[in-house]
Amino acid sequence: MKRLLSKLTFWKVVAGLVLISGACSAAVRYLGGLGAATNLTDEFPWGLWIGFDVLCGVGLAAGGFTLAGIVYIFNVKRFEPIIRPTILTAFLGYLLVILALMFDLGRPLQIWHAIIMWNPRSVMFEVAWCVMLYTTVLALEFSPVVMEKLKMTRTMKVIKKITIPLIIAGVLLSTLHQSSLGSLYLIIPEKLYGLWYSPYLPVFFFVSAISVGCAMVIFESLLSSHAFNRGLELDLLSEIGKVAVVGLAVYLTMKVVDLADRHALSLLWLPRMETYLYWLEMVVGVIAPLLLLSRRRVRESRNGLFLSAVMVIVGFVLNRMNVSITGLEAWAGASYFPSWMEISVTVSIVAAGFVLFAYGAKYLPLFKQHPKTVSIAPSEAEWLQDLKTVSQPS
Amino acid sequence: MIKSKAMLIDLTLCVGCNACQEACKTANGLAEGEEKRLSATAYTALEEHDGVYVRRMCQHCVEPTCVSVCPVGAFVKTEEGPVLYDEEKCIGCRYCMQACPFQVPRYEWRSTFPRVRKCVFCDSRITQGLQPACAEACPAGATKFGDRDDLIQEALDRMKADPGKYVSRIYGRHEVGGTSILYITSVPFEQLGFKADLQTTALPDLTWNALSKIPGVVSVGGVLLYGIWWITNRRAEVQRYEQELKEGNRSPDQGAIS
Repeated sequence: MKRLLSKLTFWKVVAGLVLISGACSAAVRYLGGLGAATNLTDEFPWGLWIGFDVLCGVGLAAGGFTLAGIVYIFNVKRFEPIIRPTILTAFLGYLLVILALMFDLGRPLQIWHAIIMWNPRSVMFEVAWCVMLYTTVLALEFSPVVMEKLKMTRTMKVIKKITIPLIIAGVLLSTLHQSSLGSLYLIIPEKLYGLWYSPYLPVFFFVSAISVGCAMVIFESLLSSHAFNRGLELDLLSEIGKVAVVGLAVYLTMKVVDLADRHALSLLWLPRMETYLYWLEMVVGVIAPLLLLSRRRVRESRNGLFLSAVMVIVGFVLNRMNVSITGLEAWAGASYFPSWMEISVTVSIVAAGFVLFAYGAKYLPLFKQHPKTVSIAPSEAEWLQDLKTVSQPS
Repeated sequence: MIKSKAMLIDLTLCVGCNACQEACKTANGLAEGEEKRLSATAYTALEEHDGVYVRRMCQHCVEPTCVSVCPVGAFVKTEEGPVLYDEEKCIGCRYCMQACPFQVPRYEWRSTFPRVRKCVFCDSRITQGLQPACAEACPAGATKFGDRDDLIQEALDRMKADPGKYVSRIYGRHEVGGTSILYITSVPFEQLGFKADLQTTALPDLTWNALSKIPGVVSVGGVLLYGIWWITNRRAEVQRYEQELKEGNRSPDQGAIS
């Protein structure tokens, strides 16, 4: 007993409590239906589980395709040391999104219907296929780590051979998936408030996913270097910060041009709740981190990088919540705030992500540096050239 | 070619007797009892706004949003006009509820195997040549069933016959590309809880604009990514070759790199 107690740390207790409350909420949801566990109504059919778990979950997994593209497609091998934890984060992210869907769907056991009952005119159909295919691709991308642990050298060789097609498929599927989550809202032009509704929603969702993907790589590398006492790739993370700057700048420019195009700039000064939330999202998540990260001193300091990454992530989450919840309330004539059970399920899913990542870090060769990959050391000039190619928006 | 059916609801004639809801509940086997709002057990309901009774129900759009958004094709629009839902296919994503411009679909929130519920335009009755139960039950003639084109003409005739009585707008004629349920009234629609600012083109076009770009994104994107990889990879190979030459591990006559 004493030995067991000594193993309990503060965070383990917190995680345990969170998961227990989540399990209670899950029981209520499955025994009593969605109405028993959630504050969802006919006027407000999508809540926290879609707005946060799905929209943010997928977005926060964007580090996977961003970094995979940089390392394998643009051949910037310097980033290889952080590719494994990033792919794991993305893979866990997608698994948890599917788990969240099992809570949110009214008939979760029929989720497979999307495989055989097609409606190619539906954005949700595209979303369903992207989730299925990209989760598979991520599993394959991550499989060499497990195979290395299990010493399955021959199977590993097969996977290594198809690495490039796999990565290309992953980048394409992510592009489609990130943007399609924005496309979901194209069909409600009157319902979604004018500051957020735009025919370019899919493009906004995609571009913001790239900057938040970079922010997630920074956030999670700094956290895990602290938690697992491993060496820090601060120089690499500063470079990722540069990519984020480009992403944020492109995003900001597009947002302003779009508002001007739609003659919606005046909405920025209307004294309404939506206005304040919009400014909060843009200042915290885009403008401030853009200014911070464009400064070399901030980019090269551990705290500066961490703070900027957190701001980008918080701003991203605010944006997705605004599009999926607060931006709809006025038109729907309904207000929504999640029940404690919805919140506890969501927090549990996040906690499960942390726990699974910790186990992955403990038992799998996540942080090992491949000696082979460091043999090519491009000079600084070439390296900068590479980065320029990477940063150019396509 | 079957003519698309419709209903004309003249709000100036409605007396609020609720016979339509009663008949609807009987015809569709829904739980009895008067309800003032649409629900999983009320496919139609009379909402009172400023002394005017507004009968709400599924609008049976000409190009329905629900049909287009459902990922598993659980909604269909039949030739006669009804928009029907197949609970066997439904996975419960509720995109239909989120996307419906009229906020019509209702959900069985308390069920562990919930269904989306909404008016079915008495599909089985109208394929037999009967009227929908609500239209048949209306004692005031406020709901009239017929061919859509004829009913639009009739609405225009009623407006012409009594100038100044009606607001000069047939709600449902153009909204989101047209609906099978048409309303006329003497009180402006926005005062009666109608979404009066809906666009006149069908909503599914908005998402199709994005979806139709997928093949392009995949093919151009795939070729582009492969091309970039090919260039960067070749650059790395050449670099490695030159490095080996410099270190003297390989002589030039060993041939080009593979």
